[in-house]
Amino acid sequence: MKVRVHISLKPGVLDPQGRAVHHALEGLGFKGVEDVRIGRTISLTVADDTNDEQLDEMCRKLLANMVIEDYRIEKVEG
Amino acid sequence: MRAAVITFPGSNCDRDMVVAIERIGGTAPLRVWHGDTALPDGLDFIALPGGFSYGDYLRSGAMAANSPIMREVVKAAEAGVPVLGVCNGFQVLAESGLLPGALMRNRSQHFICRDALLRVENTDSVFTRGYEQGQTITIPVAHHDGNYFADAETLDRLEGEGRVAFRYTENYNGSQRDIAGILSASGNVLGMMPHPERAVDAAHGGTDGKVLFASILGLLEAA
Repeated sequence: MKVRVHISLKPGVLDPQGRAVHHALEGLGFKGVEDVRIGRTISLTVADDTNDEQLDEMCRKLLANMVIEDYRIEKVEG
Repeated sequence: MRAAVITFPGSNCDRDMVVAIERIGGTAPLRVWHGDTALPDGLDFIALPGGFSYGDYLRSGAMAANSPIMREVVKAAEAGVPVLGVCNGFQVLAESGLLPGALMRNRSQHFICRDALLRVENTDSVFTRGYEQGQTITIPVAHHDGNYFADAETLDRLEGEGRVAFRYTENYNGSQRDIAGILSASGNVLGMMPHPERAVDAAHGGTDGKVLFASILGLLEAA
Protein backbone atom coordinates (compact mmCIF):
# COMPACT_ATOMS: atom_id res chain seq x y z
CA MET A 1 0.00 0.00 0.00
CA LYS A 2 1.27 3.45 -0.85
CA VAL A 3 0.69 6.21 1.65
CA ARG A 4 1.49 9.89 1.55
CA VAL A 5 1.88 11.82 4.76
CA HIS A 6 1.44 15.56 4.37
CA ILE A 7 3.08 17.56 7.12
CA SER A 8 2.34 21.22 7.65
CA LEU A 9 3.11 23.79 10.30
CA LYS A 10 0.25 24.37 12.72
CA PRO A 11 -1.75 27.53 12.13
CA GLY A 12 -0.19 30.38 14.07
CA VAL A 13 3.36 28.99 13.93
CA LEU A 14 5.52 31.47 12.04
CA ASP A 15 6.89 30.04 8.80
CA PRO A 16 9.92 32.17 7.85
CA GLN A 17 10.61 30.01 4.82
CA GLY A 18 7.06 30.48 3.55
CA ARG A 19 7.35 34.20 4.13
CA ALA A 20 10.59 34.40 2.13
CA VAL A 21 9.01 32.48 -0.75
CA HIS A 22 5.97 34.76 -0.56
CA HIS A 23 8.23 37.80 -0.97
CA ALA A 24 10.02 36.10 -3.86
CA LEU A 25 6.74 35.42 -5.67
CA GLU A 26 5.79 39.07 -5.26
CA GLY A 27 9.22 40.03 -6.54
CA LEU A 28 8.54 38.01 -9.67
CA GLY A 29 5.42 40.09 -10.22
CA PHE A 30 2.76 37.53 -9.21
CA LYS A 31 -0.23 39.39 -7.82
CA GLY A 32 -2.77 38.27 -5.28
CA VAL A 33 -0.66 35.73 -3.38
CA GLU A 34 -2.10 36.04 0.11
CA ASP A 35 -0.10 33.52 2.05
CA VAL A 36 2.58 30.85 1.56
CA ARG A 37 3.14 27.99 3.99
CA ILE A 38 5.72 25.30 3.33
CA GLY A 39 5.36 21.72 4.48
CA ARG A 40 6.69 18.36 3.44
CA THR A 41 5.33 15.19 1.94
CA ILE A 42 6.64 11.79 2.94
CA SER A 43 5.81 8.85 0.68
CA LEU A 44 5.72 5.43 2.29
CA THR A 45 5.17 1.96 0.93
CA VAL A 46 3.80 -0.19 3.73
CA ALA A 47 2.35 -3.68 4.15
CA ASP A 48 -1.25 -3.84 2.96
CA ASP A 49 -2.49 -4.81 6.41
CA THR A 50 -1.01 -1.70 8.06
CA ASN A 51 -3.91 -0.12 9.91
CA ASP A 52 -4.78 3.51 10.48
CA GLU A 53 -3.74 3.33 14.08
CA GLN A 54 -0.22 2.23 13.12
CA LEU A 55 0.06 4.97 10.51
CA ASP A 56 -1.11 7.49 13.07
CA GLU A 57 1.50 6.29 15.52
CA MET A 58 4.27 6.61 12.91
CA CYS A 59 3.26 10.22 12.38
CA ARG A 60 3.01 11.07 16.06
CA LYS A 61 6.20 9.32 17.13
CA LEU A 62 8.52 10.40 14.34
CA LEU A 63 7.26 11.83 11.07
CA ALA A 64 5.66 14.95 12.57
CA ASN A 65 6.61 17.02 15.60
CA MET A 66 3.26 17.55 17.28
CA VAL A 67 4.51 20.70 19.03
CA ILE A 68 4.68 22.61 15.77
CA GLU A 69 3.23 20.42 13.03
CA ASP A 70 -0.03 18.84 11.87
CA TYR A 71 -0.21 15.85 9.59
CA ARG A 72 -2.68 14.34 7.16
CA ILE A 73 -2.52 10.77 5.91
CA GLU A 74 -3.49 10.08 2.32
CA LYS A 75 -3.78 6.54 1.01
CA VAL A 76 -2.78 6.41 -2.62
CA GLU A 77 -4.55 3.96 -4.92
CA GLY A 78 -2.43 1.38 -6.76
CA MET B 1 32.57 12.41 39.14
CA ARG B 2 31.70 10.12 36.24
CA ALA B 3 30.61 12.02 33.17
CA ALA B 4 29.71 10.76 29.71
CA VAL B 5 29.51 12.50 26.35
CA ILE B 6 27.22 10.92 23.77
CA THR B 7 28.32 10.95 20.13
CA PHE B 8 25.79 10.60 17.32
CA PRO B 9 26.74 10.24 13.67
CA GLY B 10 27.16 13.88 12.69
CA SER B 11 27.96 15.24 16.14
CA ASN B 12 30.84 17.67 15.75
CA CYS B 13 31.19 19.35 19.14
CA ASP B 14 31.66 16.14 21.09
CA ARG B 15 35.42 16.58 21.33
CA ASP B 16 35.04 20.19 22.51
CA MET B 17 32.64 18.95 25.19
CA VAL B 18 35.08 16.24 26.27
CA VAL B 19 37.95 18.74 26.48
CA ALA B 20 35.87 21.22 28.48
CA ILE B 21 34.77 18.58 31.00
CA GLU B 22 38.28 17.18 31.35
CA ARG B 23 39.92 20.61 31.70
CA ILE B 24 37.49 21.74 34.34
CA GLY B 25 36.75 18.47 36.09
CA GLY B 26 40.20 16.93 35.86
CA THR B 27 38.86 13.59 34.64
CA ALA B 28 38.15 12.67 31.04
CA PRO B 29 34.48 11.84 30.47
CA LEU B 30 33.52 8.47 29.02
CA ARG B 31 32.57 8.40 25.37
CA VAL B 32 29.31 6.73 24.44
CA TRP B 33 28.18 5.92 20.90
CA HIS B 34 24.60 6.45 19.72
CA GLY B 35 24.14 2.76 18.94
CA ASP B 36 25.11 1.62 22.43
CA THR B 37 22.23 0.11 24.31
CA ALA B 38 23.53 0.79 27.81
CA LEU B 39 25.16 3.71 29.60
CA PRO B 40 28.20 3.20 31.80
CA ASP B 41 27.23 2.52 35.43
CA GLY B 42 27.07 5.23 38.04
CA LEU B 43 27.06 8.31 35.83
CA ASP B 44 26.86 11.69 37.55
CA PHE B 45 26.50 13.76 34.39
CA ILE B 46 25.58 13.19 30.74
CA ALA B 47 26.27 15.69 27.95
CA LEU B 48 24.68 15.72 24.50
CA PRO B 49 26.94 17.76 22.21
CA GLY B 50 26.30 20.03 19.28
CA GLY B 51 26.54 19.13 15.62
CA PHE B 52 24.27 17.83 12.91
CA SER B 53 23.24 14.39 14.11
CA TYR B 54 22.04 12.24 11.22
CA GLY B 55 22.55 15.22 8.92
CA ASP B 56 19.52 16.94 10.48
CA TYR B 57 17.37 14.52 8.46
CA LEU B 58 13.61 14.97 8.94
CA ARG B 59 14.04 17.59 11.69
CA SER B 60 17.11 18.61 13.71
CA GLY B 61 17.51 16.09 16.50
CA ALA B 62 14.57 13.90 15.43
CA MET B 63 16.55 10.86 14.39
CA ALA B 64 19.00 11.05 17.30
CA ALA B 65 16.08 11.29 19.73
CA ASN B 66 15.05 7.83 18.57
CA SER B 67 18.49 6.24 18.66
CA PRO B 68 19.08 3.30 21.04
CA ILE B 69 21.17 5.23 23.57
CA MET B 70 18.51 7.92 23.98
CA ARG B 71 16.15 5.43 25.60
CA GLU B 72 18.80 5.01 28.29
CA VAL B 73 19.46 8.75 28.54
CA VAL B 74 15.73 9.32 29.10
CA LYS B 75 15.74 6.71 31.88
CA ALA B 76 18.82 8.26 33.48
CA ALA B 77 17.27 11.74 33.29
CA GLU B 78 14.11 10.42 34.91
CA ALA B 79 16.25 8.91 37.65
CA GLY B 80 17.73 12.36 38.33
CA VAL B 81 21.09 12.28 36.54
CA PRO B 82 21.96 15.79 35.29
CA VAL B 83 21.71 15.92 31.47
CA LEU B 84 23.02 18.87 29.46
CA GLY B 85 22.11 19.29 25.79
CA VAL B 86 23.94 21.98 23.85
CA CYS B 87 22.76 23.19 20.43
CA ASN B 88 21.97 19.96 18.55
CA GLY B 89 21.88 18.34 21.99
CA PHE B 90 19.06 20.74 22.95
CA GLN B 91 17.24 19.83 19.75
CA VAL B 92 17.61 16.14 20.64
CA LEU B 93 16.26 16.75 24.16
CA ALA B 94 13.25 18.62 22.77
CA GLU B 95 12.56 15.91 20.20
CA SER B 96 12.89 13.21 22.85
CA GLY B 97 10.30 14.89 25.04
CA LEU B 98 12.69 15.48 27.94
CA LEU B 99 12.18 19.21 27.40
CA PRO B 100 9.04 20.94 26.08
CA GLY B 101 8.84 22.93 22.85
CA ALA B 102 10.72 22.73 19.57
CA LEU B 103 13.67 24.43 17.87
CA MET B 104 12.65 25.85 14.51
CA ARG B 105 14.59 27.46 11.67
CA ASN B 106 15.97 30.88 12.69
CA ARG B 107 13.55 33.67 11.88
CA SER B 108 16.14 35.26 9.56
CA GLN B 109 16.62 31.94 7.70
CA HIS B 110 20.35 32.48 8.20
CA PHE B 111 22.86 30.36 10.07
CA ILE B 112 23.96 32.48 13.02
CA CYS B 113 27.54 32.21 14.27
CA ARG B 114 28.58 34.85 16.80
CA ASP B 115 29.05 35.63 20.47
CA ALA B 116 25.70 35.89 22.21
CA LEU B 117 24.97 37.87 25.33
CA LEU B 118 22.81 35.89 27.73
CA ARG B 119 21.02 36.93 30.89
CA VAL B 120 21.07 34.30 33.62
CA GLU B 121 17.47 33.83 34.75
CA ASN B 122 17.80 30.87 37.10
CA THR B 123 20.52 30.30 39.67
CA ASP B 124 18.92 27.38 41.53
CA SER B 125 19.75 24.54 39.17
CA VAL B 126 22.73 22.21 39.32
CA PHE B 127 23.90 23.85 36.07
CA THR B 128 23.42 27.53 36.89
CA ARG B 129 24.02 27.82 40.64
CA GLY B 130 27.45 29.36 40.11
CA TYR B 131 26.06 32.39 38.29
CA GLU B 132 24.38 35.44 39.77
CA GLN B 133 20.75 36.20 39.09
CA GLY B 134 20.50 38.64 36.19
CA GLN B 135 24.20 38.34 35.36
CA THR B 136 25.07 38.84 31.69
CA ILE B 137 27.42 36.27 30.22
CA THR B 138 28.95 35.87 26.78
CA ILE B 139 28.64 32.44 25.17
CA PRO B 140 28.99 31.70 21.43
CA VAL B 141 26.05 30.52 19.34
CA ALA B 142 26.31 28.67 16.03
CA HIS B 143 23.03 27.36 14.71
CA HIS B 144 20.47 27.37 11.95
CA ASP B 145 17.59 25.95 13.98
CA GLY B 146 17.65 27.78 17.28
CA ASN B 147 14.31 29.51 17.17
CA TYR B 148 12.61 28.24 20.33
CA PHE B 149 8.90 27.66 19.99
CA ALA B 150 6.31 26.52 22.49
CA ASP B 151 2.65 27.46 22.90
CA ALA B 152 1.77 30.36 25.21
CA GLU B 153 0.57 28.05 27.96
CA THR B 154 3.87 26.14 27.99
CA LEU B 155 5.87 29.39 27.93
CA ASP B 156 3.85 30.74 30.87
CA ARG B 157 4.45 27.53 32.77
CA LEU B 158 8.21 27.62 32.05
CA GLU B 159 8.43 31.20 33.26
CA GLY B 160 6.15 30.63 36.24
CA GLU B 161 8.23 27.68 37.41
CA GLY B 162 11.55 29.49 36.93
CA ARG B 163 12.59 27.07 34.22
CA VAL B 164 13.99 29.63 31.79
CA ALA B 165 17.71 29.27 32.51
CA PHE B 166 19.06 31.82 30.01
CA ARG B 167 17.60 34.51 27.76
CA TYR B 168 19.26 36.34 24.88
CA THR B 169 19.66 40.04 25.67
CA GLU B 170 19.04 40.59 21.97
CA ASN B 171 16.80 38.17 20.08
CA TYR B 172 19.12 36.75 17.43
CA ASN B 173 17.00 33.90 16.13
CA GLY B 174 13.32 34.62 16.76
CA SER B 175 12.99 32.53 19.92
CA GLN B 176 9.77 32.99 21.84
CA ARG B 177 10.37 35.29 24.82
CA ASP B 178 14.10 35.45 23.97
CA ILE B 179 14.62 31.96 25.41
CA ALA B 180 18.14 30.55 25.01
CA GLY B 181 17.97 27.69 27.49
CA ILE B 182 15.35 25.86 29.55
CA LEU B 183 15.24 23.37 32.39
CA SER B 184 13.06 20.31 32.89
CA ALA B 185 10.38 20.35 35.59
CA SER B 186 12.71 18.41 37.90
CA GLY B 187 15.58 20.81 37.09
CA ASN B 188 18.13 18.13 36.18
CA VAL B 189 17.87 18.53 32.39
CA LEU B 190 19.15 21.71 30.70
CA GLY B 191 18.89 22.41 26.99
CA MET B 192 20.58 25.50 25.57
CA MET B 193 21.46 26.68 22.08
CA PRO B 194 24.64 28.61 23.06
CA HIS B 195 27.86 26.60 23.46
CA PRO B 196 29.34 26.89 26.98
CA GLU B 197 32.07 24.40 26.02
CA ARG B 198 33.37 27.01 23.57
CA ALA B 199 33.88 29.53 26.36
CA VAL B 200 36.13 27.78 28.86
CA ASP B 201 39.58 28.98 27.86
CA ALA B 202 41.06 32.45 27.42
CA ALA B 203 42.01 31.40 23.89
CA HIS B 204 38.28 31.00 23.15
CA GLY B 205 37.87 34.73 23.72
CA GLY B 206 36.01 34.25 26.98
CA THR B 207 35.52 31.87 29.88
CA ASP B 208 31.92 32.48 30.95
CA GLY B 209 31.03 28.85 30.24
CA LYS B 210 33.41 27.60 32.92
CA VAL B 211 31.02 28.33 35.75
CA LEU B 212 28.36 26.12 34.19
CA PHE B 213 30.68 23.11 34.09
CA ALA B 214 32.13 23.88 37.51
CA SER B 215 28.57 23.98 38.85
CA ILE B 216 27.68 20.58 37.42
CA LEU B 217 30.99 19.03 38.38
CA GLY B 218 30.72 20.35 41.94
CA LEU B 219 33.85 22.47 41.62
CA LEU B 220 32.57 25.99 42.00
CA GLU B 221 35.49 27.18 44.10
CA ALA B 222 37.86 26.16 41.29
CA ALA B 223 36.07 28.29 38.70
